[in-house]
Amino acid sequence: MNDLIRRYGVTITALMCLLVAFWLVMLVVVPNITLFEQSFRPYLPVVDVGGPKDFYSLRNYAKVFDGSIERSFFGIPYMIPVHVMTFGLTIWYSIVVTVACFALAYPLAFFMAKIANPKSLPTLLLLLFIPLWVSEVLRAFAWWIILAFKGPLNALLLAIGAIDEPVRWIVGYDGVVIGLTYAYVLFMLFPIYNAISSLDTNQIEAADDLGAPWWKIHLRVVLPYAKPGIASGCVMVFMLSAGSLLVPSILGSTTSQWFTQTIDQWFKDALDWNTASAYAFILLLLCTVFVSIALKVFNVKLSDIAK
Amino acid sequence: MSAKIDLENVSCDFGSFRAVDNANVSIEPGEFFSFLGPSGCGKTTILRMISGFIDPTEGAIKIGGKDMRGQRPNQRPTALIFQNLALFPLMPVWENISFGLEVRGVDKATRRKKAEELLELVDLKGAADKMVSQLSGGQKQRVAIARALAVEPSVMLLDEPLSALDLKLRQHMRAELRAIQKRTGVTFIYITHDQGEALAMSDRIGVMSQGRIQQIANPRDIYNAPINGFVAGFVGENNIFEGKSGAVAAGMAGFDTAYGTLRARINDDAKGSALRLYVRPEHTLLSAAKAEENSIPVTVSEVSFEGAFISILCHSDDGKLIVAELRNDGSATVPDIGTKLHASFDAARAALLPDANVRG
Amino acid sequence: MHKLRMNLARLYMGLFLVFMIAPLAVMSGAAFNDNRLPSIVPWKGWTSRWFEAMINDDRMMVAFGNTLVVAVAVAVLAVIVGTASAILINSISGRVRTLLYSMMISTILIPGVVIGISTMILWTKMGNAMGTEFFLFNPGLHLSVLGQVSYIAAMVMLLVLARLQSFDAGLEEAALDLGASHAQVLRRILLPYLYPAIGAGGAVAFFQSIENYNVTQFTRGGMDTLTVYVFSMVRSGVTPAINALAFLLIMVTLVLALIYEINRRRLARVEAEREAEARRATALEEAI
Repeated sequence: MNDLIRRYGVTITALMCLLVAFWLVMLVVVPNITLFEQSFRPYLPVVDVGGPKDFYSLRNYAKVFDGSIERSFFGIPYMIPVHVMTFGLTIWYSIVVTVACFALAYPLAFFMAKIANPKSLPTLLLLLFIPLWVSEVLRAFAWWIILAFKGPLNALLLAIGAIDEPVRWIVGYDGVVIGLTYAYVLFMLFPIYNAISSLDTNQIEAADDLGAPWWKIHLRVVLPYAKPGIASGCVMVFMLSAGSLLVPSILGSTTSQWFTQTIDQWFKDALDWNTASAYAFILLLLCTVFVSIALKVFNVKLSDIAK
Repeated sequence: MSAKIDLENVSCDFGSFRAVDNANVSIEPGEFFSFLGPSGCGKTTILRMISGFIDPTEGAIKIGGKDMRGQRPNQRPTALIFQNLALFPLMPVWENISFGLEVRGVDKATRRKKAEELLELVDLKGAADKMVSQLSGGQKQRVAIARALAVEPSVMLLDEPLSALDLKLRQHMRAELRAIQKRTGVTFIYITHDQGEALAMSDRIGVMSQGRIQQIANPRDIYNAPINGFVAGFVGENNIFEGKSGAVAAGMAGFDTAYGTLRARINDDAKGSALRLYVRPEHTLLSAAKAEENSIPVTVSEVSFEGAFISILCHSDDGKLIVAELRNDGSATVPDIGTKLHASFDAARAALLPDANVRG
Repeated sequence: MHKLRMNLARLYMGLFLVFMIAPLAVMSGAAFNDNRLPSIVPWKGWTSRWFEAMINDDRMMVAFGNTLVVAVAVAVLAVIVGTASAILINSISGRVRTLLYSMMISTILIPGVVIGISTMILWTKMGNAMGTEFFLFNPGLHLSVLGQVSYIAAMVMLLVLARLQSFDAGLEEAALDLGASHAQVLRRILLPYLYPAIGAGGAVAFFQSIENYNVTQFTRGGMDTLTVYVFSMVRSGVTPAINALAFLLIMVTLVLALIYEINRRRLARVEAEREAEARRATALEEAI
C-alpha cells in the first residue's frame, strides 16, 4: 500500500481502492449475501414483506424435494423428486461435456503446441478464435439448424448413404451435449495449449529416445506437465456448462430439463424470486464444491486457474 | 546550477536491518563524488535517500543547505540515472530527453530545441526521432545522461550506469562522463562497486562497507593511504602480515612478526587497536641480497604474466604467500621458479591498519 | 509410421476446423436461401430479402442498439475497474493479495444465473427499502451492465495484470525523479504501456457483453438485447432474418480479426527492424 502511494500519490491510490471496493463489495459480495438472505424468506406480496408472515425458514430449499416421479435404473423402479433429478442430470451431462471437450481438445492442443508448423500457427489460432467471438446464442442457433429433422446434417448423411432415413438428433440431452461441447471446447483447448507450449520439447524427445511408446510419453511426460491447463479447462467447461441457460433452452428436447431452466421458471414464470434464489444458491454451492474438489484432485491453486 | 550536498548523521533501517549507519559527508558543488563498495554496503540506499525514494530513519539530507525531509523525488533538484537506465520505451529519443520539461509545461518547440542541444552535448546528433529500441548500449547511455541533464539538476545521481556495457566501451564512457561533468559543472554523485571506475573518474571517493562510510578521500589517498584494512583490500591487492605493534616514533612503528620486526607507517588514532601490516604487491621488491630492513627470505613459486605487469608469487619458508609485481617495461629480470630471493619493502610504503570500521 | 501419425494429426486438425467453422458457414448460407425456414436444405435459390427483412425488423434494430449501448458501457466500466484492480493487485503482496485475487477470479466462475438474480434482488430491494422510484433501483439494462461488469472486470484485470508483470517499475521512478506528478506518471508512462492490454480487455469486454444472456435475462426488465431477442425468435417463429444478422456479425468479426492480425504483423516487423538497427549500432561501437 505504501508502495502504491509512493508511486501514484494519495488521490489516485484512493480512487483505485474505491473502484476495487465498488466492484467487490457492491457487485459481488453484497448481491450474493442478499441472495443468500432472501433464499430463506417466503415469497409474499409486497404488503406482507416485513410482516408476521415474513420469517426465515428452509421451505424454499425443501421445494427441491417436491413432486416425485418414477424412474427405473436397470429395471429397478424408484421414486425421485423431479428437481433433484434435474439437478443430478445437469451435473452428469456437464461432466459428459467436460470429458468430451477434453477428448477433443487435448490431441489438438498437443498438435498445435508441439507438431504444427510455427509459421502457420497464427492463422490457425485466428481461425479458431472466430467462433469464440461469435455470440453463444448464434452458435446454438447454428446447431439448431444443422440438427433439425429436415436439416443439412440428415440431408448430407442421406446423400452419402450413411443412413436410410432421417435421424431425430434432438432427443433427450443429445442436442444439449453437442451444443455445449461446441460452445465450450475452445475454453478447454486454449489453457491446455498454453500449458503444453511451455513444455520443453527436449523432454518429449528424451522420453522418445529412451524407447517410451507414444502413449506412455503422454501419460508420464505431457499430461502431468499440462495438469494446471487441464484443471483450468475442466473447471471452466464444467462451470459454463452447468450454468448455461441458452444452449439447453435452444437445443433441449421435450424430455430434457437443465437446472438453470428450473431456476429461470421460478423466476420468470412463477415470479417467486425467493425460491429462485434458493435454487441459484444450490447451484452456486455445487459449483464451489466442484471447483474445490477439482482443485484438490489436480492439486492446483485457484490463482493458477485463470490464465 | 550545482549545489552542495550534506549528509548529517544519516541512518536508514529496513525493519531490523540497518542499511546505512550514521553517514556524514559534505559534497562540494561541482564535485564528482563516488560511493564505492561491495553490493549490500548501503551505497544504493544513500543514493535513493538523496533522490527521495527512501526517507532516512535518522539524520538530515541537505541540498544547497536546504533540508530535504518531506520533499518527494519530483520536488528535489536531483536527477537520477538508473542502473538499467529506465528509458521510456514508447517514446522517441527526443521525447525521452525532454520528458522532464514536458511535465513542467514547456511548449513543444522549446522542448525539441533543448533535446537537440543536449543530443549534441552527448555526441548523439541526429538520433532525436529514433526509438529507444533502435539504439546500442552506449547510445542509450548517452540518452539517459541527456534526459537527466535536461531538467538542469543541481545534482546528478548515477547508479552504476556503466555496468551493462562491455569493458572497452565502459572505459570509453568513463572519460565521456567525466568530460560531460566538467563541461556542465553539475555535482555528480556516482555509485559503483568497480574501484577502477571510481579511481579513474572521481574527485573524491567515499568507500563503504556494511552501511558505514569507511573513508572519504581523493583517489590517490584512498589507494596510497587507506585508513583501514577494508579500504586497502577493496581498492587493490595487498600482502598482509599478522603481528604486534611496538613503539611508535614519528608516525612509524615496529611490528613484531614471524619474520622479525618489520617497520611501517602508523596513524596516531590506530594505536592500541588490533593491527595488521599491509603492503601493495607493486611496492614489494625482490632481490638476491638481503635488504636493510623489512626483508623476508622467499622462494619463487609461480610467475603470472598479466600484460602491463608481471606477478611473481613467492612463498616464505613457513609457507606464507607474498606477491610482488614487476612492471613489464623491460627493466626487470623475471626470476625463474624455485629461485631463492629476498622480498622487501620500503617502510614508508607499508602501513599498520586496523580492520574495517564496523558496529559492535 | 511417423509419417502416418503426422498425416493423421493433420487430418484431425482439419476435421476440427470443419467442426468449428461449418456451423457458422451453414448459418451464414441460410441467410441467402430463399426459404421461409432458416436452413440451407432444400436450396431454393439466392435471395437478399432476409437482409431487407432484418433492416425492417424494428424490434431487432432496437435490440441491436440496446446491445451496443450495453456493450460500450460494460467495456468502459470493466476497463476502468479491471485496470485499477490489476494495478492494485500488482503492487500489494501477502495474504491481502491472495484474498482479493481469489475473490476477483471467482467472479468468472459464478454462474450467470446467480449473478443475474443476485444483482436484480439487491438493487430492487434497495429501491424498496428507500422507497424510491429512481431508475437505478428498477429492473433495466443498467442492472444488466452492473451484473455483467461484476465478472467481465475480472477478465480485463487478468489481461492487464499479465502485461503489468513485464512492466519495469523503474520507469515510474525515473519519471517521478524527472519531476512528473503522479497523474503525469499514470498518463504518460504506465497507461501507454498498458494500452495494448487495455485495448484487448476492452474488446473482450465488448464481445462478452454482446454474447451475454444469463445475466441480462434476469435483469433486463422489459428491454431487449440482441441475444435475448434472437433467443425469443428461436423459441417462437424464427425467420432467416436472424441468419442475415448472424452473417453480418460474423463478417464484422472476421474483418476486425484480420485488421488486428495485419496490424500485429506490421508492428512485429517494425520492432524487428529496430532491433536489427540496434545490433548494427552495437557492432559499430565495438569497432571503435
